[in-house]
Amino acid sequence: MSNLHESESGHRKVVLVGNPNVGKSVLFNALTGSYSVVSNYPGTSVEVLRGDATIDAQTYRVLDTPGMYSLLPITEEERVGRTILLTEAAEVVVHVIDARNIERMLPMTLQLIEAGLPVILAVNILDEAERLGMTIDIPLLSKRLGIPVVGAAFARKRGYEELCAAIASYTGPAGRAFTYAADLEQDMARIAASMHGRYSLDRRALALLLLQKDEELTAQVATAEGAGFTAIETALREVIFERRSDLHLTISMERRRLCRSLLDGVVVQSAGPGTSLADRLSDISLNLWTGVPLLLLILYFVLYVFVGQFGAGTLVDFFEGYLFEEWINPFVIHLGNDYLPWYWLRELIVGEYGVFTLGVRYAVALIMPIVGTFFLAFSVLEDSGYFPRLALLVDRLFKRFGMSGRAVIPIVLGLGCDTMATMVTRTLETVRERIIATVLLALAIPCSAQLGVIMGLLSEVPGALAIWTGVIVLIFIVIGLLSAQLLPGEKPVFYMEVPPLRMPQLRNVLVKTLSRMHWYFFEIFPLFVIASVLLWAGKMSGGLKALVSLMEPTMHLLGLPNEAAAVFVFGFFRRDFGAAGLYDMQTSGLLSATQLTVAAVTLTLFVPCVAQFLMMKKERGWGVSLGIFVFVTLTAFGVGALLNKLLIVTGFGL
Amino acid sequence: MKLTDKAEEILEALWIATEENGELSMSLEQLTAAADDAALQELTRLAFIEVKGTRVHLRHEGRDEARMAVRRHRLAERLMMDVLDLKGVHGDERACEFEHLLRLGVDTKLCTLLNHPTTCPHGKPIPPGACCEKARKTGDLGVVPLTELKAGEEGEIAYLATGDSKKMQKLMSMGVLPGNRFTLRRAFPSYIFRIGHSEFAVDAELGREIYVRRDGA
Repeated sequence: MSNLHESESGHRKVVLVGNPNVGKSVLFNALTGSYSVVSNYPGTSVEVLRGDATIDAQTYRVLDTPGMYSLLPITEEERVGRTILLTEAAEVVVHVIDARNIERMLPMTLQLIEAGLPVILAVNILDEAERLGMTIDIPLLSKRLGIPVVGAAFARKRGYEELCAAIASYTGPAGRAFTYAADLEQDMARIAASMHGRYSLDRRALALLLLQKDEELTAQVATAEGAGFTAIETALREVIFERRSDLHLTISMERRRLCRSLLDGVVVQSAGPGTSLADRLSDISLNLWTGVPLLLLILYFVLYVFVGQFGAGTLVDFFEGYLFEEWINPFVIHLGNDYLPWYWLRELIVGEYGVFTLGVRYAVALIMPIVGTFFLAFSVLEDSGYFPRLALLVDRLFKRFGMSGRAVIPIVLGLGCDTMATMVTRTLETVRERIIATVLLALAIPCSAQLGVIMGLLSEVPGALAIWTGVIVLIFIVIGLLSAQLLPGEKPVFYMEVPPLRMPQLRNVLVKTLSRMHWYFFEIFPLFVIASVLLWAGKMSGGLKALVSLMEPTMHLLGLPNEAAAVFVFGFFRRDFGAAGLYDMQTSGLLSATQLTVAAVTLTLFVPCVAQFLMMKKERGWGVSLGIFVFVTLTAFGVGALLNKLLIVTGFGL
Repeated sequence: MKLTDKAEEILEALWIATEENGELSMSLEQLTAAADDAALQELTRLAFIEVKGTRVHLRHEGRDEARMAVRRHRLAERLMMDVLDLKGVHGDERACEFEHLLRLGVDTKLCTLLNHPTTCPHGKPIPPGACCEKARKTGDLGVVPLTELKAGEEGEIAYLATGDSKKMQKLMSMGVLPGNRFTLRRAFPSYIFRIGHSEFAVDAELGREIYVRRDGA
């Protein structure tokens, strides 16, 4: 059987499937040579990646699916993965598994084979398995499964050639069926016999999925069978009742039994080495008494030293203070003055809020070094496998805020860019968690650009930084506790696989950092330009002035001078514009210590930048995002006003 | 020898009054029994109790029988509450009827099924039977939730009891299956266990729903 499924583009398709963290993305990169995010955290690779590969003078379209554990989908990602398998008519499906956990992952290979899919099995991470004292007889496994099997360590470039050869010489699915226990076989036959429609899945496999109450496929079969579906439904109900037990469990246990007998003599485990350095480090990161100090140490070095001092200090000084101030800006402004005869155009390009002087300068000279250093550090931590450990370390604490430990990932990412973090909240399991995380990101998590400027600003006034930190942490805790109490919805449950700690791989780190920077520039950079244009339009039309004067009464409430209104209006377009505006006011001596502290706190809490708001709308919808917008605004100004009163009463800064 | 239901209840009351509340005897009035009550006569004949005027005393000879009657009553309460989900007055009433069926080794079977409970739903101690002592000696505590184990302990997964079948399916497809051997690596701040070469983490809520058979000491 060699049916060449051809897509519209004429490419043969290769689909990569497998659990999270088995090296699918590394293989994808090796095959296609393009960018993709390799991630340790289950659920980060939500998107499906496509790329082209040339194998033996033939072009293939390669699809990288999100991590999936079983053909019976539970999460959104698994549903996406299965839909691809069932609808994309792949020439070859490469199932990538982790050799160390072959017994646990082989059941999915069986599912793929019995579904009638054209499977090649890639037993990856073989080098690590060998280090642990495992030997795997690849030819024997291939013979038993009846499909091509390749032993590999893709991160070490091992097995890549063999896999390409197997793809090039692939002749179609073997049509092998595995025999389950007699009673289960009978049940399957009974269901399959009542089906008459045409399906992309093998009927036996389909019967198994229906018996496990697969809602999506049940609906599809109902449509395909029409009136005949009643008979199937009756048969299903009868089998499920006769069994009086969970069929999912029965089937899982049967598959494990099959896999054990398939692997008998294939896998030989000899005594492995003792605890490695990675094991010991892992223990340190998981123990509360050593894990928390380690976390603080990481936060100090990553956020304060690397991003704060190096990124926001050294690099920004160079780009902004030297390159732009000394060279580029004077040159461009000079050019503009010489060659742009119209005032309005000159203002648009090189004016106070000009696209170049404000938009490009901020994006390139101020934001890029800060966000870039943050993304680099984040990618190193991500690739090492530290985040899942952090998640389970803080799980108990986060439960009080109505979120599972998983939510710590978007929260930490928010310290880099809140907009990206808001997008990442979609990896959280319940809607309730997503909303709480979105609120906290919008309110109490300052992004790296904002952090950089505010820290620089407040460090000049003794005590101000401590007050600012105290208030922000307090608000985070209070709002977290409150939303856990007030928001309805199911309580979060925490469970996950903990990937082993490993040395970050330079290539992975670079790919991740670059793809984040890439995203950042394509999503955010246009918004800088739009923000500049809007501000320009506001200035030219007088709308800006009107908006600013509308804000002025609020400033009095906070005890701030009228000029601060502009800072808050800018703050909405970019949080860091606001922070930088504050910086200008401070240097021109317009603010007292109290005023500076109040303004910094209010601005940090204040409504997210326009990009984050748009992302909130995209992820949560208009209703929720507008609700959060109003809530955050009221909280920010309320807290600001209260803090002002408190500081005046206690006589801070006088 | 089979006591009547009424006789068993008198023994229970006497045992609770003397052993748990430190009283010396009970009055006929407290036992809601007349002096010529058939159950009292039955117990006197067996030398389990002694009636002195209006006071009823539990004799040394009757203590073991009384203790086991209390045990059966409290085991019945646990059964109603934990397994049949009958709570409150309704459950108590059913337990009162059910306890009399728990003779001739049925109490041992129930006790093992309930995993040798030590207290009744009202918090009173359940007097241990021979089966409890034996289980304690062999260290076989039967099937317990994962959360009962200490870090470093090993065992085998017995079954998953999670009410949310999606979560159970997810755990199973990840490889957390009955019959798999595991080592509990940490019990705080989350439960981390190792199966084969993989590590999994669950919180206390889910950990309580993973039942395991721990290796004997």
